[in-house]
Amino acid sequence: MNERVARLRRESLDIPVTLDHERAVIVTRVYREHAGRLAVPVLRATALLELCRHKSLHIGDDELIVGERGPAPKCVGTYPEVTCHSLDDLDALDARPQNPYRVSDATRRAFAEEVIPYWRGRTLREDILARMEPSWRQLYRAGVFTEFMEQRAPGHTTLDGKFYTRGLAGLQADIDAALADLDPARPDYVARGDQLAAMRLSCDAVILLAERHADLADELAATASLDRASELRELARICRRVPRHAPGTFHEALQMYWFMHLGTILELNGWDAMNPGHLDRHLQPFYDRDLAAGRLDRERARELLGSFWVKFDHHPAPPKVGVTAQESSTYNDFTNLNLGGILPDGRDGTSELTYLMLEVMEEVHLLQPQGNLQLSQRSSDHVLKAALRVVSRGYGYPSIFNADSVVAQLLRQGKTLRDARDGGSSGCVETGAFGKEAYILTGYLNLPKLLELALNDGVDPRTQAPLGPRTEAAFASIDEVLDAFARQLRHALAVKHRGNQVIEQIYAARMPAPFLSVLIDDCIANGRDYNAGGARYNTSYIQAVGIGTITDSLSALEHHVFGGEVALAALLEALDADFAGQEVLRQRLWHRTPRWGNDDERADALMRRVFDLVVDAVEDLPNSRGGRYHVAMLPTTCHIYFGKVCGATPDGRRAGRPLSEGISPVQGADRHGPTAVVNSCARMDHERTGGTLLNLKVLPSLVATDEGLTKLAHLVRTYFRQGGHHVQFNVVDAATLREAQQRPEEHRDLIVRVAGYSDYFCDIGRELQDEIIARTAQGDL
Amino acid sequence: MGRIFDIKRYSVHDGPGIRTTVFLQGCPLNCAWCHNPESRPTGPVPAFRAERCLACELCTAVCLAEPPAGPREPWPVSCERCGRCVTVCPTDARELSGRDVDARDLLDLLERDRLHFEQSGGGVTLSGGEPLAQPAFLLALLAGCRARGLHTAVDTTGHADAELVAAVAELADLWLFDLKHPDPARHAALTGVDNALILRNLALVRRRGAEVWLRVPVVPGLTDQPAVLAETGRLARGLGIARIHLLPYHAAAAAKRGRFRLDAAGLDLRPPTDDHLQGLAGPLRDLGLDVHLGG
Repeated sequence: MNERVARLRRESLDIPVTLDHERAVIVTRVYREHAGRLAVPVLRATALLELCRHKSLHIGDDELIVGERGPAPKCVGTYPEVTCHSLDDLDALDARPQNPYRVSDATRRAFAEEVIPYWRGRTLREDILARMEPSWRQLYRAGVFTEFMEQRAPGHTTLDGKFYTRGLAGLQADIDAALADLDPARPDYVARGDQLAAMRLSCDAVILLAERHADLADELAATASLDRASELRELARICRRVPRHAPGTFHEALQMYWFMHLGTILELNGWDAMNPGHLDRHLQPFYDRDLAAGRLDRERARELLGSFWVKFDHHPAPPKVGVTAQESSTYNDFTNLNLGGILPDGRDGTSELTYLMLEVMEEVHLLQPQGNLQLSQRSSDHVLKAALRVVSRGYGYPSIFNADSVVAQLLRQGKTLRDARDGGSSGCVETGAFGKEAYILTGYLNLPKLLELALNDGVDPRTQAPLGPRTEAAFASIDEVLDAFARQLRHALAVKHRGNQVIEQIYAARMPAPFLSVLIDDCIANGRDYNAGGARYNTSYIQAVGIGTITDSLSALEHHVFGGEVALAALLEALDADFAGQEVLRQRLWHRTPRWGNDDERADALMRRVFDLVVDAVEDLPNSRGGRYHVAMLPTTCHIYFGKVCGATPDGRRAGRPLSEGISPVQGADRHGPTAVVNSCARMDHERTGGTLLNLKVLPSLVATDEGLTKLAHLVRTYFRQGGHHVQFNVVDAATLREAQQRPEEHRDLIVRVAGYSDYFCDIGRELQDEIIARTAQGDL
Repeated sequence: MGRIFDIKRYSVHDGPGIRTTVFLQGCPLNCAWCHNPESRPTGPVPAFRAERCLACELCTAVCLAEPPAGPREPWPVSCERCGRCVTVCPTDARELSGRDVDARDLLDLLERDRLHFEQSGGGVTLSGGEPLAQPAFLLALLAGCRARGLHTAVDTTGHADAELVAAVAELADLWLFDLKHPDPARHAALTGVDNALILRNLALVRRRGAEVWLRVPVVPGLTDQPAVLAETGRLARGLGIARIHLLPYHAAAAAKRGRFRLDAAGLDLRPPTDDHLQGLAGPLRDLGLDVHLGG
């Protein structure tokens, strides 16, 4: 890492996160003046235009890539049109020990005087929550499911390469052609016209933002040192070229992407910020051309990438509130770069830039961006080992995806082969067709809670609230338990689905995203917004949580209750009492049950039955944007929240303790090493999902040597050969983690893999810390 | 049937690739530094982890011998190792090292990681204890693995009947052959047997053209003198052995001695430093040996 990148990196680490009012104030003024008078898409584009016209700009001293969402790095705006933070929310964000957002007096004043008075009663979130039916509220409050879109917009979206060759001017030409084609005889003539006009305007907004940066760079150049002045003048030149025109150089291409990123995250607070997707394949032509022309060498490219990397870290996730803060409690905003993979024409996507980006990932290793390797049968072992060498440093990334499985999932969902190969993984592990799909996560589903309802006649034992259908608790076999579970599942999904249909339509009507729509095919051709089904593909995901806990619980029932050893009534009573006075029973259930993750067909067969019930039920559902629902198996941090609302479970887990995360075995339940874990996990039919998340914790000694890395590479290959979708590694020993708990100040840079993302160990809260320590450390026996 | 005390999957230090290592119970040697002291008797050897005990008394209730004086007490003197208490213990506080398994069942288990073996060039390692101390079982496992196309390595002290060694050599793909000390008298003092038979067997295995990785313990003060290692190295070269592993002493046995209530006084040594190991490896490399540190 050269000195400039080291300085940029250090600065980003040191800057505290603040919450800022500028965006909220500008958007409030636009709405106050124009709401109700402008067509909604045009109102949204106008808000973006005014943001780009008036927002404070920042160009840091060493920066080679410029532009901030807020007035300065780590300065996070809010989206009051979606969720308006109350003064209490601001206080809580300011005061909380983990992941605080500092709030200045000026910001509090602006919220009190200008933002809150306008938005109270007008936010999208209030509209959504008011329109949910009573049973939705009950299940939501009980923690049966969460709702992604009540305070952040639909997202998890990733871009393809079109804008690198078209520039926004090229995309505006497409918009103009679509406008010229509008047929006044069609009933949607006006709606399409408004949408297209808004899309055109949103491009102007982002071009204006770039031109303002050009002006500022020129202005700074007047007083800068000689060297910096020439850099600033070059930046000014670049910002006058992109994003209006297609980039011509590697540097321009990086800045081009960054303006796309800024435009989309200024426009709305979509989940997972924005994602460049296959950055190596998009940039390779620019890299090759610049190298051939002698304009660039590998070290300069590394410096530019380093500067680009740090920009992601400048942008913590917008502050969340309530349940959503619990299901995803992190500064991480989940940008997940895809490296390698399969090119649309079928060739291996590994290039020189794949390796260079792995090197940059290793040396910069900030919280953001995350990265992953898309590993296919066509990928070399050489690139896999290069990725694992970064893994061995213990940052938790890159994660490794089975690109062949990703393509198979996308094909199964109806994508073309080319679109599937140009797709990949975003967020944590979610599969999507980059640049062509709105694949929207709608909420987590608490599988063990549904089993708890099934065992309790549809009543939540925590609150005595009747939440589901009556499923009498007189079970004679595991089949009857699974039938009751399936009834609870279908009931909860039906309620969730009705809610989702309403929410999707509220977004379609009230919160179009015209700039994002410019970047996602075929919103222009369809004259429809990304949030209204304008994309080529429209998927809704439900993310199932706790497959390990529910599998082990069913296994405990089958083994101990239906095996005749423990009476069902006695077990239910023990669960009700959280095993008080029943430690012997609890230990027997914990230690003497065939458990998921041990390559034990008795448990794994139960996992498959639950999995099939869930996938079958979810895939029956159509969404309101012309697409269908699919299942993803990932938790972010929701397994902690879902665990808090679950009583004791038959696998011996105590009330309130975390559920298993992703598709990983219950924490500490896997006793036969990583081959047994991946063999169990491979018994899940990953191709029927839109992504699964497997966390393996390995101790440093297993990856300390080249031979160790080779064997880990073989483990990954064998998992993928059996159909596994994804694996990620936490390389750290328990002693180090305990040390970090004791002396957090000495371990501020300790990054661990949490779920589909990494986080600073000291920022994740005691419970999650304990849970990570408890996850079985593989190896080193 | 045979008696084993452990099975370890994703074993990455006992031969090439990803392996499953089966540890057979019982060993004729009595090395002071033994990492697995519970594996030495033919067993089973009872173990007790007091920190896990709930004092639930399920074990005393099922005990056929004169039961332990109390739930937190170790095993009774008259214990016949029937294992009933192990079966009922809810926390695995009571264990028996050494359980009897059917060769066919074990082979089915070994087969479960076949894809991992194929991918990595790995297979099955039969270790101990001393695997050659259970001849029929070992040969059955080796024959079974060969029939199923699983690569095998035998991790042995080499202290066994020559005819058996010859039979094993027919079926095993690789020998992980221990040589504790090159000098017969020192060997006898350290392990309880001299090394004449071991060296003859090593030569026999080599004459049959079998691949051998020589494994040499590096125990501070006992086996780690440069001259000793040099002698072992010359011996290896003389037998045409190309690969040698230096296995540093580690202190894992201390905790086990408590668990298994083993009386034998253990060593209380510091593991050798990396520098020391590298210092020993250098001259061996100069002899043309492929030296590996650790498994």
